[in-house]
Amino acid sequence: MEHQTALNLKKMACKVRMGVIEGVHAAKAGHPGGSLSAADLFTYLYFKELNIDPANPKDPDRDRFVLSKGHTAPGLYAALALRGFFPVEDLKTLRQIGSYLQGHPNMNTVPGVDMSTGSLGQGVSAACGMALAAKHMGKTCRVYTLLGDGEIQEGEVWEALMFAHHHKLDNLCVIVDNNGLQIDGRVADVMSPYPIPEKLKAFGFEVAEIDGHDFGQLEAAFARARETKGVPFGIVMHTTKGKGVSYMENQVGWHGKAPNDAEYEQAMGELRAQLAGLEAE
Amino acid sequence: MADVKKIATRESYGNALKELGAAHEDVIVFDADLSNATKTGTFKKAYPDRHFNCGIAEGNMMAVAAGAASMGLVPFASSFAMFAAGRAFEQVRNSIGYPHLNVKIGATHGGISVGEDGASHQCCEDFALMRSIPGMVVMSPADDVEARAMVKAAYEHEGPVYMRFGRAAVPVIHDEGSFTFEIGRGEVLRDGTDVAVIANGLLVAEALEAANTLAGEGISVRVINMATVKPLDEALVLKAAKECGKIVTAEEHNIIGGLGEAVCAAIAESGIPCKVKRVGVNDEFGHSGPAAALLKQFGLSAEHIVGVVKQL
Repeated sequence: MEHQTALNLKKMACKVRMGVIEGVHAAKAGHPGGSLSAADLFTYLYFKELNIDPANPKDPDRDRFVLSKGHTAPGLYAALALRGFFPVEDLKTLRQIGSYLQGHPNMNTVPGVDMSTGSLGQGVSAACGMALAAKHMGKTCRVYTLLGDGEIQEGEVWEALMFAHHHKLDNLCVIVDNNGLQIDGRVADVMSPYPIPEKLKAFGFEVAEIDGHDFGQLEAAFARARETKGVPFGIVMHTTKGKGVSYMENQVGWHGKAPNDAEYEQAMGELRAQLAGLEAE
Repeated sequence: MADVKKIATRESYGNALKELGAAHEDVIVFDADLSNATKTGTFKKAYPDRHFNCGIAEGNMMAVAAGAASMGLVPFASSFAMFAAGRAFEQVRNSIGYPHLNVKIGATHGGISVGEDGASHQCCEDFALMRSIPGMVVMSPADDVEARAMVKAAYEHEGPVYMRFGRAAVPVIHDEGSFTFEIGRGEVLRDGTDVAVIANGLLVAEALEAANTLAGEGISVRVINMATVKPLDEALVLKAAKECGKIVTAEEHNIIGGLGEAVCAAIAESGIPCKVKRVGVNDEFGHSGPAAALLKQFGLSAEHIVGVVKQL
């Protein structure tokens, strides 16, 4: 990846992270940890990978993205807003009465959201249905879905993966955000899903294992996904939960907690400094 | 009724799907390894490229159907009522109901007339489960003619629909030529003034038989076929409450949460004085046995309806 492209994506990812903090702080609730670990992915998808048009969010031939780990909606919303689907200032209405930005994604209220999710394990199934339908209808669009590493403890995920391989959904890309933490602690301690790449391979997936904060690796993995024929593609991203905010990084307590005013100031200060650093490059 | 033609409504479902498939390219069918029993196999034979097996994974099937619906197709997702409404309840609630996606659930083998398989497969809770989902249409046909018309109406309806079909063959009571079906509209099959029996599914034929018997004893019974449990035809229920003052509901479902409770709620909130008795499965599990014997044993019969009407 060209240096300038990577730099632009890094800057945008920084803004996505700010959007996450703005939303969750204003809501006094929400899930910053997993939104931040996936912020680079959201950025890459909405600013590089997906064939989408904010002016025509219901275009029948657009690529689809299903946020199977729906609780990280603040990250998705921030990317959608920055991409132009709705005003960035609306991020502060997250989880408020009257806001279209529900705590978990609602496809009928949020422009750019392709599937209502939140109950873990179901989004990946819906993505399979979209990919199957796209093939059946002769559409060339692609379907992407993001799962949490805790989420894959849900049995339905493996029903879906079996389905994806059986029906040869090579237009489907399943991404796992392996940040290593879930509500009750380390995923390895709560209920180990490891080894994840081997499990995906055993279910017939072509798999890439990458650093989910490296745009070059994301680009290479998605390029491989597009070239893969006959079988679905899986990307296991190693990430840091809470990435970008020092006191949230690798802290299980920040899975589903909002920063108070002082914590908000610190987080925004850190992110502003990161952005300034990138802009100085 | 030995001379009356009998057809299981699951057969009707399969046949209607095939007809629908011929008329509409956007109809696709999902099944979970039960195509021979749910009769979606009939559709599969005609349109193999539009029938997708999901294996024994009903939860995944429902959310897959939701995804396919979001792309503009009209999926019919099928399994036994126990697994479609029971096992996959949360997928139906969150991935189909909440986004109000255009998925049609064809659930066969509802009620205790499943027979020999026993309680694990005799779903008497599906109306209750599906009624509680906002925006869900819940229906159960009385016979073959109504079942086929219902499948077509479900296709024309925009939004999620739950249809319950039966395993056992039931008498055909409607005339194909003159019958019309409308979602949310009950049907007065026989007029009467003393008592109204509001039934659906295979209890409709039983109610008609009961009305016949009671007529011989000087009791005038109105028989209403209430195929749509939700949205309930409240106007027809309240008219019966006002004009008859006594109502018996009859369904192959737990008396908790089904048609009977829906009717009771409508009457109670209307303030119309009306006595009600519910015929159904009395909050217990079924067991193995031939369907006909089970229906008799659990009081899902004309004979039992006659007794309940007389007690009212």
